[in-house]
Amino acid sequence: MSSLDHAAVQHIHRDDYGSRMGMWLFLFTELILFGGLFIVYAVYRFTHQQEFHLAAQELNTTIGLINTIALLTSSMTAAMSITAMQKGNIRFAKGLIWMTIGFAFVFMINKYFEWGAKIHHGIYPGSKELLAKPDGEILYFGLYYVMTGLHTLHVIIGVIFFLFILRQIKQEKIQPTKYVRLENSALYWHLVDLIWIFLFPLFYLIH
Amino acid sequence: MSDQHHEETHIIEYGQYVYIWLGLLAFTGITVTVSGINLGNWTIVIALFIASVKSYYVLNYFMHMKYEDKVFKAFIFTALLTFFIFLSFTFWDYSFAR
Repeated sequence: MSSLDHAAVQHIHRDDYGSRMGMWLFLFTELILFGGLFIVYAVYRFTHQQEFHLAAQELNTTIGLINTIALLTSSMTAAMSITAMQKGNIRFAKGLIWMTIGFAFVFMINKYFEWGAKIHHGIYPGSKELLAKPDGEILYFGLYYVMTGLHTLHVIIGVIFFLFILRQIKQEKIQPTKYVRLENSALYWHLVDLIWIFLFPLFYLIH
Repeated sequence: MSDQHHEETHIIEYGQYVYIWLGLLAFTGITVTVSGINLGNWTIVIALFIASVKSYYVLNYFMHMKYEDKVFKAFIFTALLTFFIFLSFTFWDYSFAR
């Protein structure tokens, strides 16, 4: 009897706790990745205060604000999708995941136009116009492109995660009693939101 | 012993998420408003303080950290401490190098 039980436990081995822990450990490596960039930002802002202020005037605060709202809202729908899954409301959970993806697209489309306008004005890494500017402004835009670019890459990866989750829900690999992958994808998504919480004031709100 | 962590699922209600979301939007509004006022060096201090408050709510509620084991909290503490050490040593080094 006990050996049978043991075999059964072996067969359906799963460890949601360990799974979440692994995700958190990964998120800390992300903290170090972005943290390093934030430190570079901090030092250069400290050494080139005036030029950072001047360069930041070029950014569109409204676009930044819309993207902040989009990410905060998508974070909420991602978190809610777990509640829906826990309550067994799979349809609603899927709807909330689609909403999260929708907000991610709002973010990316905004970013596309924002970068497009900058590039159109000749402000992109290595451009003649940018290189003619003072050092501080070159540093500011270099950091702007690297940090928001790396962040947007995370948004894209987050969307891929959620599409994968939707597929697994359809295949019933994710169920109301078994949803740690949804939790981990949501954790990843919240990290993307967390980083933006700091990027927004640091790049868009220097006046 | 170590694998005796209890997997009691804590369900956060939709309404609670809406409250957190409204709070986060309000804090965003405050950051944008404050940035328009010239407070010198305080502007960045206030902006980072509000960003930290927002992070606190995202971490605890959206990311369910409030309902996780102590080990997870110890992890976060260690990670943030590491980041803080990197940050402060960089500035320390910088201020002596000048």
